[in-house]
Amino acid sequence: MAKTPTPKEILRIDHRPPKTGWMDTPVRFKPGTWCYPGSKDALEYLGYPNIRDWMPTDEDWKLPENWKEIILEGMADRLDKYRSFKVFMDICVRCGACADKCHFFLGSGDPKNMPVLRAELLRSIYRREFTKAGKLLGRLAGARELTTDVIKEWFYYFYQCTECRRCSVFCPYGIDTAEITMMARELLHLLGININWIMTPVANCTRTGNHMGLQPHTFKENIEYLCDDIEEYTGIRITPSFNRKGAEVLFVTPSADVFAEPGIYTCMGYLLLFEHIGLDYTWSTYNSEGGNFGLFTSHEQMKKLNAKIYLEAKRLGVKWILGGECGHMWRVIHQYMDTLNGPADFLEVPVSPVTGTTFENAASTKMVHISEFTADLIKHGKLRLDPSRNAGIVATFHDSCNPSRAMGLLEEPRYILKNVVPEFHEMPENTIREQTFCCGSGTGLNTDEFMEMRMRGGLPRANAVRYVHDKYGVNRLACVCAIDRATLSTLMDYWVPEVTVSGVSELVGNALVMEGEKKRETNLRGEPLAGTEGESDV
Amino acid sequence: MTALYSLLAVLVLALVAYLGAEAGLHTLFGVVIPYAAFLLFVGGFIWRVVRWGKSPVPFRIPTTCGQEKSLPWIKQNKFDNPSTTGGVIVRMLLEAFLFRSLFRNTKARLQDGNLVYRWTRWLWLFGLMFHVSFLVIFVRHFRLLTQPVPGFVQFLDALDGMFQIGAPQLYITDVLILTGLTFLLLRRFFIPQVRYISLANDYFPLFLLLGVAVTGVLMRYFSRVDVVGIKELAVGLASLHPTVPQGLQSLFFVHLFLVSVLVAYFPFSKLMHMGGVFLSPTRNLANNSRMKRHINPWNYPVKVHSYEAYEDEFRELMKQAGIPVEKE
Repeated sequence: MAKTPTPKEILRIDHRPPKTGWMDTPVRFKPGTWCYPGSKDALEYLGYPNIRDWMPTDEDWKLPENWKEIILEGMADRLDKYRSFKVFMDICVRCGACADKCHFFLGSGDPKNMPVLRAELLRSIYRREFTKAGKLLGRLAGARELTTDVIKEWFYYFYQCTECRRCSVFCPYGIDTAEITMMARELLHLLGININWIMTPVANCTRTGNHMGLQPHTFKENIEYLCDDIEEYTGIRITPSFNRKGAEVLFVTPSADVFAEPGIYTCMGYLLLFEHIGLDYTWSTYNSEGGNFGLFTSHEQMKKLNAKIYLEAKRLGVKWILGGECGHMWRVIHQYMDTLNGPADFLEVPVSPVTGTTFENAASTKMVHISEFTADLIKHGKLRLDPSRNAGIVATFHDSCNPSRAMGLLEEPRYILKNVVPEFHEMPENTIREQTFCCGSGTGLNTDEFMEMRMRGGLPRANAVRYVHDKYGVNRLACVCAIDRATLSTLMDYWVPEVTVSGVSELVGNALVMEGEKKRETNLRGEPLAGTEGESDV
Repeated sequence: MTALYSLLAVLVLALVAYLGAEAGLHTLFGVVIPYAAFLLFVGGFIWRVVRWGKSPVPFRIPTTCGQEKSLPWIKQNKFDNPSTTGGVIVRMLLEAFLFRSLFRNTKARLQDGNLVYRWTRWLWLFGLMFHVSFLVIFVRHFRLLTQPVPGFVQFLDALDGMFQIGAPQLYITDVLILTGLTFLLLRRFFIPQVRYISLANDYFPLFLLLGVAVTGVLMRYFSRVDVVGIKELAVGLASLHPTVPQGLQSLFFVHLFLVSVLVAYFPFSKLMHMGGVFLSPTRNLANNSRMKRHINPWNYPVKVHSYEAYEDEFRELMKQAGIPVEKE
C-alpha cells in the first residue's frame, strides 16, 4: 500500500488545469488514488460477469471481446429508462458553477474532478454515439471515440466521486453527478470492472445480512457484549430480542454500529434509549445491515438488498420500522425503498408508542429515522436527560450528505444535540446543511488503499472542523452516519487530531438518566466523566 | 482554438448573409431561411422534449436544499425542499426566473492552508442580466410583427427606453445584453477552469448571440435601417403572406440570418437547457417519497436471498445462540 503524503504535502494543491486538453491527458493510476478490484469469491457468489485476475495498473484490462457493444447497449438501455440520465447528458452549459463545489476537486486540483468534467467523460461518448452533431463534428462538438483509455478514465474518476450531490445544489439545472456516477458504475459492472470494498460487502450483505459477514450468533453476541459494557457503566442490564415475532417495531441500523468503534457507542445509545422508554422492538439477524452497498453498485443490486427490510418486517409481523443513523441507507429508504419494494401495506403508519405522535411524513414507507423519533421524545419531555454527563464535550454537527441533500433531515439532530450536550457550535454556513461537505470516503471508497484521495477529499470537511476547533474549542464531531463515524475518525486523526467523532445517539445515551441506574462515573466509552475523577463515594 | 473557430464560423455566417443580400437574394434570406429556421426550431424543440419525455422518471430524486417536512413543530423549508406540487411550482419559478441555485454560488480559495468560501454572484448577476434582457428584447420585437401593436409590448418598449437618452431612445436592455454576453464570454477566456471545460458548443452560441445583438444595435443606433420596410416584411412573415419590400439594407439581412441560425441551432444544442430545466428530476419533484408511493413504470422483480435460504444455512448456529427459527 502506498504511503499517504503528509498534510503539508497534500496542502500544496494546484487548482490550475494542465497545459494539455482533457481529451489529451490520459489517466495515471497513482498509488493511493484508486481501489482494488472485486474479489473473485464475491463476484462469483453474486454472479457478476467477466471474473478474472486484473489490476487497474495493468495495461490490458482483459475486457470482453465485444466490450464496446456492451457499453453502447448499456447506455442506450439506461437512456431509455432514466430521464435524469438523458436530460443531464443534454443540457449542461458548462458554466462551471459546480467546479469548486466538489470536495475531490478542492482536495486534489485534478480538473477531471470538477463535476462538469467528470460528467463530460461520459457525455463525450454520448455525443459521439447518440447525437448527430457529435457524429458529424467529432471533437469540435465535444465528442470523442470510445476506447479502452476512456474506460480506464471512467473507472478512475467515477470511483473518485462519492455521489454526495453537493454539486447538484449549485447547478442551475439541478444536474446531479450522483446520477451520472451511478450510470457509469453500472456500465463498468457490465464489463466486470468493480471494486472490492463494494463487492465483498454486497456479497456479505446478501448472504449473512450484514457487510462484515457476521453470522447470526456473532451478531447477537456483539450486541450482548455492548450490553455487558452498558451494565458495567450504568448498572442496568438490557436484554434485547432478536428475530422476535410480534414486536411492535423492527430496528435496522448499519452493522458497523454493532462491531466497530466509535459506532458501538452509538449502538449503546440506541439500546439505552429503547430501554428508557420501554420500546417493544426487535433486531433482525437476517436483515442486520441498514447500509445498502447496492446503491454504490446498481439499481438492481440496491433493490435486492433493500427488499430484505420489508420481507423481514412482514415475516416478524411488526407494525413499523425504525432506522438507525446512516447516510446512504437513508437515501435508499427515503427516495427508493417504497418505489423499489413497496407498497408496505402490511405495516401501519408509524405512531410513537410513547408520545402518540403519528409520523405522517413516513405514512407510506412506514420507516422513521431515529433522529425524528428521538427529537419527538425530547420535545414531549419523555426523556430524563442530564446534559452535564457530556460536560467537557464541545460539539459541532456534521450533516451527512444524503440525510441533508436527499431528505432534508437538518433540524432534528441539532435539536437533539442541543438538549444533550452543554455546548454546541455550528461550522461555517457554506459547509453545513445542504452545503455540507462529504467525509471524502462515501459510496464504498472508505478503503485503506484509497487513503490519499480520502484525505484529500475530506479536506474541506476537516478544514471546517479545524476552524471551529480553533475558534470555540470544539472537540467532538457529531454525525448521523455510520460511514462518517468510521471515516471521519481517520480524517480527524489526520487533519484535526484534537477532535473525536461520535453518533448523536451516543451523546443521548450518555445523557439519559436511567431508572435504577448506579451513579454514572464514566461515559459510554468508559472514560471518566468530567468532574467525577478522584471521587470515591461509590 | 475552439473559440477562434467559433468566432470564424459566426463571421462566415455573417459574410454569407451580407453577400447574399448584396447579390439580391432577399427572398431567400428574408423569407425562405427564416421560415425554415422557424420550422426547425418548433419541430426540433418538440422532438427534443418528447424524446426526454419518453424516458420515465423511475425514482423520486429531488435534491433537497432545506429542512424536510417532518414533525409539526419543525419549520419546513417549503420552497427549497417542497413536499407539495404548489411548493414545487414555486421552486421551479424561482429556478427559471431568478436562477435560485446559481444565486447560492460560492467561490472556494485555498489561503494559507485554509479553504475560504465567499459568496460570488457575478455569474448569477450577468447570467440573469443576459437572459432577462434577451426576453425583453424578444417581446419588444413583437412591435415589428404585429399591427396594431399590443398594449403590453408598447408598455415594455416605453419601460425599456425610460431613460430617454438620445434619439432614437436608448434601450436599457441593449446595453445590458451586450454587457451580459461580454461577461459570459470573458469568463470563458480568463477563468482557467472554465476555459479548460469550454467547447466550441459553448463559444459558438455566445458569438452568435453577440452577432445578433451587435447587428441589432448597429441597425437601431448607427446605420438607420428602413423600419417601415422591415415591419412590412415581418408582418408579412407573421401573417403567412410574405412580401419583400424594396430597399432593405444588407445589415438587416445579416441580423435576420444570424437570428435564423440561432433559432435553427437551438433545439440541437445546449441552449435546450431552456426546456430541460423544467424536466430536471432533482428540481421538479416534491420531496414526499416517504409519504406517497412513487411508481417506477419498469420496476421488475429481482431474486432476493430469502429468509428461508438464510435460515437453512445458519439454522444450527441460530438455535445454539437462542435465536428463534421457523423450522426446528
